[in-house]
Amino acid sequence: MNQSALKEGLARALFVLAAAVSVMAVALICVFLFANGVPAMAQIGLPEFLFGTTWRPANDLFGIFPMIVGSIYVTAGAMVVGVPAGLLCAIFLSRFASGRVASVLKPGVELLAGIPSVVYGFFGLVIIVPFIRTYMTGRGLSLLAAAVLLGIMILPTIITVAQSALDAVPRKYYEGALALGATHERSVFRVIVPAATSGIMAAIVLGVGRAIGETMAVIMVAGNQPAIPGSLFEGVRTMTANIVLEMGYAADLHRGALIATGVVLFVFILLITGLFNAAKKKGEVR
Amino acid sequence: MEAVNRFDALFAQAEVGAARRRRLSRVATRAAVYAGAAATALVLAFLVGYILVNGVPYLTPSLFEWTYTSENVSLMPALVSTLIMAALSLLMAVPIGVGSAIYLVEYAPRGSRFVQLVRMTTETLQGIPSIIYGLFGMLFFVTALHWNLSLLSGACTLAIMVLPVIMRTTEEALLAVPDAYREGGFGLGAGRLRTVFRCVLPSAVPGILGGVILALGRCVGEVAALLFTAGTIAQIPNFGTEGVFAVFDSCRTLAVHMYVLASEGLHVNETYATAVVLLIVVVLLNLLATFAAKKMKKGHEE
Repeated sequence: MNQSALKEGLARALFVLAAAVSVMAVALICVFLFANGVPAMAQIGLPEFLFGTTWRPANDLFGIFPMIVGSIYVTAGAMVVGVPAGLLCAIFLSRFASGRVASVLKPGVELLAGIPSVVYGFFGLVIIVPFIRTYMTGRGLSLLAAAVLLGIMILPTIITVAQSALDAVPRKYYEGALALGATHERSVFRVIVPAATSGIMAAIVLGVGRAIGETMAVIMVAGNQPAIPGSLFEGVRTMTANIVLEMGYAADLHRGALIATGVVLFVFILLITGLFNAAKKKGEVR
Repeated sequence: MEAVNRFDALFAQAEVGAARRRRLSRVATRAAVYAGAAATALVLAFLVGYILVNGVPYLTPSLFEWTYTSENVSLMPALVSTLIMAALSLLMAVPIGVGSAIYLVEYAPRGSRFVQLVRMTTETLQGIPSIIYGLFGMLFFVTALHWNLSLLSGACTLAIMVLPVIMRTTEEALLAVPDAYREGGFGLGAGRLRTVFRCVLPSAVPGILGGVILALGRCVGEVAALLFTAGTIAQIPNFGTEGVFAVFDSCRTLAVHMYVLASEGLHVNETYATAVVLLIVVVLLNLLATFAAKKMKKGHEE
């Protein structure tokens, strides 16, 4: 009897310990990132670091403003491309598709989610970039290429989350609209979609998080010039790209500045996660 | 009388116009919805088709030779390293993830502060992009713990990265198990531990497996988290001669291998072929996950 009580207690302790790992992981990530990034930020000077427009490590100029703007531009572009297509696809899957079509498209979307980002990046490099170079202007490695590619990459995230929000709308809403004489299309767009707004917002915020954090695919198609792009066809460098491109050979303050770039990105992500939770909570209240 | 007739005619005309507009907007919305779905399907078909068409002809035996040289750019070392890396990181992440999910669902008092903290941190972990994990892995495992660029550093980084995936899916799977199973276990005099392992866990296995497969997929496709933790050396960690210490060897996984090939730009055909292999692995994992999900659904219907 005593032995089994001991076993129970031991197991319980182990489970608690396992649960504590994720707390520890977040704490460690915060500590190590901030401990290595903040001193560099302080040495460069926070305003110079965040709002400096010149990134020239050889001359000790570490302004990441172009990268911050680059990340925001690329993410916004990805939203323009991915959100309408993703939402419409989610509406299709939730309310328009016949069982047969859905049973093909749904696994397709899951496959899209599973494709590694290098494969996307390579696809962008051999299809989107040459297309822009040939039929539009510039070298092709551009903001536009990155935005289109990221727009494609966030499709599965948006579709999956938005569809589950749409599926969760009670059936009586739809039936009520039909009973009032609305057509199927009108009921879907005027009743079901508004009822699922908070879930759809959560889907979009999650998409933003994925787009801003994406690294490898962006590096392969964006051109990576550390300057604020003047047009859609110019190259752009995101914060994520900045880290990966130079971390391999960086030392001292340069290395610190790259880690500090990671800190800025991390803060962005924390804000987005907060937004996501707010959107979700609002949905639960309803 | 005539005025009334004129009125009627006008009214009818307006009605016809409104009906036409309604029909138009109906057709337009329907067209937009279909276009959105078609765009998604087309992109997927084109992406997969293009890579298959360009890659399959170059799946030559030389691409699968045991050792990598700059001529054959063999993907074999990367493939083997991927398997070892994924296995190692899942070996760490699965017990921890499943254990913490068991705690959250089966043990924790409802609404305790600790549970809230764990949930919050798990959500945070889930949102962190892989490059941040890579940075952390570099700072912690590679530099602070002096593990250098190695299999172990990479696997630990990946383990933290996939931990929230496993935790969440396991939690969902456990929550889906009817309470009657637990009550049955307790009713027969089993303790909590025995009830969890004998009554609850078995019927949650397909769901947990689905999460593990999802995590495996992320491990296989990851690059950003591995570049500065596991490095890019194209070799199989030499467990034969070094024994356990081979975990401190640097290695590149298949996705990293593909990134290196693509950014060198010298072996485009081989890059396509490597992409095909990656795609095949991902499709296989997806099929497995679907299978697991189906099995779980069936289990609960019985």
